[in-house]
Amino acid sequence: MHTLQKIGLALFAAALLLFIATLGLEKYELSEARLTNAIDNTYHVDAIVAAAKEEGILGNTYASSFSFVPVVEDLFREAGANLKTTPPANFPEDGNRADYELPSWKAENYLLPVVKKASTGPVSDQPVLFWWLTVGLGILGGLLYILPKFNLIPGIKHDHLYHRSLTRGLRLSVRGFFLGATILGVLVYGIYYMGKDYFWPGITLLIGLLITGLVFWVQRSAWRTPAKSAAPDLTGWLGVGAGLYLIAFYVLLYWSPRHITSWMLLADPLSYTLNGGEASQWFLYGMLYTLVILVMGVRMFAKYMHNKYQQIRTASVMFFQTAFAFLIPEILVRLNYPYYDFKNIWPLNYTFFFDWNLDNLINSGGLGIFMLGWGIALILLGVPIITYFYGKRWYCSWVCGCGGLAETMGDPYRQLSDKSLRAWQYERWIIHAVLVFAVIMTMGVLYSYLPKNEVWFSRGNFLLLMIFTLAGAMGYAWYRWRKGGVDIGATGMYVGLGVTVLLIGISGYHWATESEQFFFLSSGETRQWYGFLIGSAFAGVVGTGFYPLMGNRVWCRFGCPLAAYLGLVQRFKSRFRITTNGGQCISCGNCSTYCEMGIDVRWYAQRGQDIVRSSCVGCGVCSAVCPRGVLRLENSSVDIDERATEVRALHISEERGVELY
Amino acid sequence: MHIAILGNGISGITAARFLRKLTDHQITVISAETDHFFSRTALMYVYMGHMRYEDIKPYEDWFWEKNRIDLKRGYVEQIDFEQKQLHFRKGDQLGYDKLILALGSTPNKFGWPGQDLQGVRGLYSYQDLEYMEAHSEGLERAVIVGGGLIGIEMAEMFHSRHIPVTFLVRESVYWNAVLPKEESEMVTRHIREHGIDLRLSTELKEIVDDGQGRACAVVTGAGERIDCGYVGLTAGVHPNIGWLKDTALETDKGILVDEYLQTNLPDVYAIGDCAQIRHPKPGRRPIEAVWYTGRMMGETVAHAIGGQPVEYDPGVWFNSAKFMDIEYQVYGDVSGRMPDHYASVYWEHADGRKSIRIVYDQNTQEVAGFNLMGVRYRHEVCERWLAQKASVEAVLQNLGLANFDPEYYQQFEREVVAQYNKQTGRHLKLRQKRGLSRALAFLRGRA
Repeated sequence: MHTLQKIGLALFAAALLLFIATLGLEKYELSEARLTNAIDNTYHVDAIVAAAKEEGILGNTYASSFSFVPVVEDLFREAGANLKTTPPANFPEDGNRADYELPSWKAENYLLPVVKKASTGPVSDQPVLFWWLTVGLGILGGLLYILPKFNLIPGIKHDHLYHRSLTRGLRLSVRGFFLGATILGVLVYGIYYMGKDYFWPGITLLIGLLITGLVFWVQRSAWRTPAKSAAPDLTGWLGVGAGLYLIAFYVLLYWSPRHITSWMLLADPLSYTLNGGEASQWFLYGMLYTLVILVMGVRMFAKYMHNKYQQIRTASVMFFQTAFAFLIPEILVRLNYPYYDFKNIWPLNYTFFFDWNLDNLINSGGLGIFMLGWGIALILLGVPIITYFYGKRWYCSWVCGCGGLAETMGDPYRQLSDKSLRAWQYERWIIHAVLVFAVIMTMGVLYSYLPKNEVWFSRGNFLLLMIFTLAGAMGYAWYRWRKGGVDIGATGMYVGLGVTVLLIGISGYHWATESEQFFFLSSGETRQWYGFLIGSAFAGVVGTGFYPLMGNRVWCRFGCPLAAYLGLVQRFKSRFRITTNGGQCISCGNCSTYCEMGIDVRWYAQRGQDIVRSSCVGCGVCSAVCPRGVLRLENSSVDIDERATEVRALHISEERGVELY
Repeated sequence: MHIAILGNGISGITAARFLRKLTDHQITVISAETDHFFSRTALMYVYMGHMRYEDIKPYEDWFWEKNRIDLKRGYVEQIDFEQKQLHFRKGDQLGYDKLILALGSTPNKFGWPGQDLQGVRGLYSYQDLEYMEAHSEGLERAVIVGGGLIGIEMAEMFHSRHIPVTFLVRESVYWNAVLPKEESEMVTRHIREHGIDLRLSTELKEIVDDGQGRACAVVTGAGERIDCGYVGLTAGVHPNIGWLKDTALETDKGILVDEYLQTNLPDVYAIGDCAQIRHPKPGRRPIEAVWYTGRMMGETVAHAIGGQPVEYDPGVWFNSAKFMDIEYQVYGDVSGRMPDHYASVYWEHADGRKSIRIVYDQNTQEVAGFNLMGVRYRHEVCERWLAQKASVEAVLQNLGLANFDPEYYQQFEREVVAQYNKQTGRHLKLRQKRGLSRALAFLRGRA
């Protein structure tokens, strides 16, 4: 290793340690001024201050957020109870009680700002210095480690990936333990998240068991030992550590941001510069996310000096993350426009059709209306049309933020994706189940949002539109399947048909009866559970936390509903395929090993079969790592079915005797 | 009917797979090497940490049971062709109705003193890889003897572990019997660029014993002593048939087979590296120990046994390899010693790691071969041109059809045409660029 690289690694490690340490550097102190700063409702401030005085905790200092938060929670509870019994003295007689009452859900929102404002210590005194010492130094260290790689001879740089503790993956049993523990943890926490309601966690568990049953017994995976899973005989403990670190990061970010206020403090200066306000946990997240993609994008340039496809693709994800996902939304906020990421598409952007977002867009003038139209056009036209021409890669590995992180920070872990048939079977059920969940959730939200009949786009017309769209899409898929062009198992097609018919039936029922609740579910609870389970747990905690455990595309492969939608288009009607170069394949397995989506590329390549798979994100790495020049990502309107579905004998045609191809 | 296949490499496994497609016979694949089929050509990637052993198995372990292909791990010591019985080292026996011998190769040893010492080994089998791995810890230098494909692979393997390598090559440039001069020189440069101590025109004289039965140095033909802890023998391979020499089976260098891959004995076939074709097709060698011919023979023998006999016809020669970072593909008749009436258009990139060569017959203008370094060409397109004996000028003008490099890669076909124009004073223009639609139209006879 180059000396510069050693220094870079040391700097990076130091910066990471200090970054973690900042969480313990701050102390927490309550004062009237700090409370006024954090809370804009004066009734609430007064009540909380009064309660604090009574308890005698104003001016007390707490050593950590963990000792401080319970104190504040108690204060809120007390203030809430006081307000309930005695209205504020200055409250007008005819005022609305809701203006001063402090129920627990309102108090919950105050927790983060109060903790952040109460923070005192070196980080809040010197946020810029600490930004440089942690984030800045981390970037410098990373670049020092990466830049010398530009001096290497161009070529595939995968030496020792399976020798290194960080990247060699887990023993199957250890991986199973982490997966099981995470699923269990999410479901149990979910019960509390839903206010001790067992309904949604229970439904989720039931569907999980149903899918396992389908995979194990209907698709007969029970007796197939998954040999091509994550390492059966190795456990990289450094990787486990990295995974746990990422999981902890996401758990804190989504569900306990009050414990990471120090990180938000050091992001404050940048936040003020960009959007004029202080940093929320989401600003912090966006900043780190973008910087990671940029630095690790440079690493991709160094790794693939010889591969122009990889370079352009990486530049594209770096650009879309920096401009579209990070800078433009922040600047929009500064200009008093709605926060909007122009490349984020429903159903990945699952809040797009939420009432608050629609109201926000509709009330933001011409630009807001454009944003609404743009978002809908991407769903209805952008996805099918662009995917038809280029495959889902145009989004998943060129534009998407999740894809961007997977392709940069996640690149060292791509070999850890599970290639077994069993994993593929799980993948298909789970990702399409998430898509169905997203559709039902969104239909419910929109149904309750739309007026009954005052405007042309009423509930009734919305349901009619859904019925025609679903029927049309399923009808086309069925036609393609019956024609024999698409090689898909009957179980999947029949279940797909069943679910579509069910959705159409329910839509029809609601259209006819005009009942209040769509799908007999509370749309509020449905979207709360969706946000928790899919939006946070799956996309974040598992999606990124599992990079070093199960590869860098766990979310994209098993969970992303937009990937499922793009994949359906890619599978049934697209010009994109990976072509196989005649008989040149030597079955070495580099393509399958480095497929982040867990596609067993070799299975097709060694038969001379072109590859059309709904999950392929077109990252192009199979083609890059092939030592014999066998694979190429191509778009063409010609001959996709015949070359993709025929199991081709490479040398002898069974019908025609000896013939070459 | 019970078909026993001896050997679970690409030939034997392809035979088993196609037999299962074509017949309902009982199939047993026997190997002493590993329980399951793996890609022999990928062993190097396991050593370098690109993949694990699991990853170089092309099929999951349940595949065999699902397809009713029985796997037996065992070392066959003797075959009773009369009684149709296989005798295993452990004493058990297995009867067969038809036998396919897919025995593979074994590394050449040319009687060098010390060639059987500890720390001296070729690289062919899974056990060879394990041996190499076991000897890599603390290794201060490895010497590799023999400049073929396995030699350079082994050099790359040790190099990836930062173990200094001295690479002894008998020829004056690397692999010049197979590669034309410029390509040989390119690879030679590339080996040195990686910091490997390449010794050209150097032969091995002896391997020195350290007194405890271990290799500690080699002595070259010029008498130079090179200290090392490991000696890789990569001077080619030969059919692994030593143990069948004194049987009724007719052998020469390999097991002699007819065009249906049948040996002189009824119900006994031989395929892959160990088979020697009695009457090879024009331009082909009787033994071709490459992956692709092994696979073709596997298909052919399955058709013969499955009642749809077809003659073995490997078609237009093709091969590929990778020399460290430089990919290599060849289609048709290209070699280091081409006949005098052959001419070639050769273009090389300024970076010295990419080149395109098109060989043609000066008398007939028919295209004879393609040799690519660091550039990928479409197998099917090149093969079609070669089979059709297309004229070199037609090929050049449509050369883009053959380009298989990834998207956005620079296309060099224009430079190749310009090179041809310069050589011949002609004024050809490139008419086709890279693209799947055009290539498919051409393959279907519409362009």
